[in-house]
Amino acid sequence: MQEYFFGLADHLTSQLEGGEVFTSLFRAEDSDFVRFNQSRIRQAGSVVQRVLQLDLVRGQRHAGAAVSLSGDEALDHERLARVVPQLRDRISSLPEDPYLLYATGGESAGKVAPNLLPAPDDAVDAIQQSARGLDMVGVYAGGAIHAGFANSLGQRNWYTTYSFNFDWSFYRDTDKAVKSGYAGSQWDPEAFDRKVRMASHQLDALRRPPHTAKPGRYRVYLAPAAVHDFVGMLAWGGFGLKALRTKNTPLLKLAEGKARLSDAVEISENTAGGVAPNFQEEGFIRPDRVPLISRGTHAGSLVSPRSAKEYGEPTNGASAGERPESVDVAGGSIPETEILRRLGTGVYVGNVWYLNFSDRSNCRTTGMTRFATFWVEGGEIQAPLNVMRFDETVYRMFGENLVGFTRERDWILDPDTYVQRSTSSGRIPGALVEDFPFTL
Amino acid sequence: MIEGIEARFREVLPEGAFCSLRLVDERSETVSVRQDVLQPVRSSEDVGAMLTLVDGSGMGYAATSDLSRSGLKAAVDRARTWASRTSGRGLVDFSAVPQVSVQGEYQSPVERGWDTLPLSDKVDLLQSQSRQLKRGDRIVDWLAEITRVRSESLLLTSTGGRVHQQFEFLIPVLSATANEGAETERRTLGGDLLGRQGGLEVLDQVGFTTEAPRIADQALELLSAPDCPAGQMDLLLAPDQMVLQIHESIGHPLELDRILGDERNYAGTSFVTQDMFGTYRYGSELLNVTFDPTAPGELASYGFDDDGQPARLEHIIRNGILLRPLGGRTSQIRAGMEGVANARASGWNRPPIDRMANLNLEPGDSSFGEMVKSTGHGVYMETNCSWSIDDSRNKFQFGCEYARLIENGELTRVVRKPNYRGISATFWRSLRAVGSRDECRVMGTPNCGKGEPNQQVRVGHRSPPCLFGTVDVFGGE
Repeated sequence: MQEYFFGLADHLTSQLEGGEVFTSLFRAEDSDFVRFNQSRIRQAGSVVQRVLQLDLVRGQRHAGAAVSLSGDEALDHERLARVVPQLRDRISSLPEDPYLLYATGGESAGKVAPNLLPAPDDAVDAIQQSARGLDMVGVYAGGAIHAGFANSLGQRNWYTTYSFNFDWSFYRDTDKAVKSGYAGSQWDPEAFDRKVRMASHQLDALRRPPHTAKPGRYRVYLAPAAVHDFVGMLAWGGFGLKALRTKNTPLLKLAEGKARLSDAVEISENTAGGVAPNFQEEGFIRPDRVPLISRGTHAGSLVSPRSAKEYGEPTNGASAGERPESVDVAGGSIPETEILRRLGTGVYVGNVWYLNFSDRSNCRTTGMTRFATFWVEGGEIQAPLNVMRFDETVYRMFGENLVGFTRERDWILDPDTYVQRSTSSGRIPGALVEDFPFTL
Repeated sequence: MIEGIEARFREVLPEGAFCSLRLVDERSETVSVRQDVLQPVRSSEDVGAMLTLVDGSGMGYAATSDLSRSGLKAAVDRARTWASRTSGRGLVDFSAVPQVSVQGEYQSPVERGWDTLPLSDKVDLLQSQSRQLKRGDRIVDWLAEITRVRSESLLLTSTGGRVHQQFEFLIPVLSATANEGAETERRTLGGDLLGRQGGLEVLDQVGFTTEAPRIADQALELLSAPDCPAGQMDLLLAPDQMVLQIHESIGHPLELDRILGDERNYAGTSFVTQDMFGTYRYGSELLNVTFDPTAPGELASYGFDDDGQPARLEHIIRNGILLRPLGGRTSQIRAGMEGVANARASGWNRPPIDRMANLNLEPGDSSFGEMVKSTGHGVYMETNCSWSIDDSRNKFQFGCEYARLIENGELTRVVRKPNYRGISATFWRSLRAVGSRDECRVMGTPNCGKGEPNQQVRVGHRSPPCLFGTVDVFGGE
């Protein structure tokens, strides 16, 4: 695949006219998707796709197109032979772009992981065996993901990973379920069994009659999956330079020093520790780490090349959306094994669901509890909790009301498959929080 | 792209098994002016096909962007492998699902084609709107944008089916962000819900060239407005909030694949169960909801769904009583229930699942003025900006960009950060009045998410303003 893409880039270079430059980002995958319901296969198949995002530049004028490719060199040359003149024509009718910025001295590099994936039959067999006698629903996604950057200045970058992500739930009844995930590059039967046993153990706790909490403030433990979703909300405009300069960030008060979070809050974009490619669409290479929040205060922003030019700051290789792809929340000092004891009486929240801002200026977020969420008394799980709505500002929950983060962190590989399989991930601890409001 | 694919499909057809090909060729272009600066003009061409094969009780699919004969042959082979893998291990016996042999065509209505306006004129139009959005220094960000999508699909089956559909979508966006100190308010033209099928005439239909000053002025007005008060009060919702309310708390809970459990790991389940259809009181007598992919110009209008089922108008809720789920051919067979033609895929690389299409709330006989007049203590909310609902689609909380109080039958002060919450199962029973046909607006979202693997589809909704009694309303911090 790498050879195919670099060959395409060389061909594109040969098609340029005087004064023209191109940049291109290539994304491809060869994926199997197996969807399950009631522990049986609901839909199964595979997807092979290749997309080239091409930007043709002449001076400060440019135009871009995303084109799906067949993988057949002759056919794809033909397709590009049609697209390039279209872009050339378009450029001539467009004004100069004052915010155009692309890498001109970028470093070429490549990263190719070995293919250690299980055969699809073996993965499906293992999954169906583990769910025997249980009501399992979820999806297995696995296969190769490729990404590449090339420009006419000679820069070449490549990334290949072979990964799987089995994202599933065991259901007790109605909406009472345990959600789990097993992801990686090599199927380890023992590790998978441990995940299944842990989920089955939690499923047992769901046998008890559910508890309904009254609206009010509770001490809660947010498991890493729940914390990951809250950080995901912050990532919705909270960490990008453009959102900061246009005052759209939900963390405006933090950035302007009018509010702060707990000293324990340390958030960074940890590209070195993630699995996403370290290059982006204009060819810039990401640093290993970009601090975003440090000791509860604003520490930096993700800066795309376009924002860099617009606001006069150096880029740190962020994509146009300026969202973290390898988010890292520092762990704290609470041992995971002590969580129930430290929670005492309150709510263990395994997962949250459907978060949204109810007051963006104050970073107030509403959402629901979901899956394994339990009522806890005296440090013991008493009963599953019927779903509850919450509505709380991050400034309180990760500020004055944050008791602490767990020492251990989960490495969460994003199971998102919109458009293509995600390569985002997060290293996330659990959080113990006081006075967390349930509203409905 | 259509040329040649039929012949190649016939050449690679396997013997003794049902096989279909669904080709999608989707082209889009976005022209956008932000802060009076033209943003990079982006286009995309996304072309590929999904081959689906039924072998015994199993079904498998393989999607590919390689449409050569060898590419299609390889996809057929992969689909056959998946079909045989799933045979006997699947949830659905696909040998019992009737296969399509229907033939038909559909084309979006277009009055003024995208190419009738040169790119430079589109840029001028957007520049003009952009300038009108900048109403003073406190407007800190502003955007005028149009996205055009042309999508062509061809469904071929080994049983002689052939469905060819050509869609044209236009999705306009206008937004203004105002800031003062730590307070930021954003006002848009209809949120992200303005999309329709059609050509450039959609711009006039949605007020794209007239509304920029109002949007900007209202963003500024919100900066100094008090927060929406909290309490139980009557709630009058504009169509650009109603469409979200319909989408989340009627559309999704009635999707039959959710009721059958397919979505429990991701999009969620439903508080609605199969035994409720035919008898359950979903809302007050005033609630009438139709599923109508045949409505011209809505975002999810079509002639056939992606399984090849002919589109038809169906009453989903009549006089408040729940009648029919939103389930396509496969779900109907699984559930033993009648449904609708709504098996839809987001593109060539995802399989069809139950989706909403156009879900419309039918008009009543109250005018907007009458509804305001009948309200002693309430609030009027416009334009969705926040949406959250539980995985059973029951406990919801929604927020709007803009609101005005209703006091003693009059619209009075502007208030900001209006939110409200409720429970689907009871909320619709508090529907007190429904606006008239003249006050209906056609809207829709281009990015309704669901499914594993994940899919975003276009969904249309039409609604008048509606009045609800005694709702839990509140504001910001």
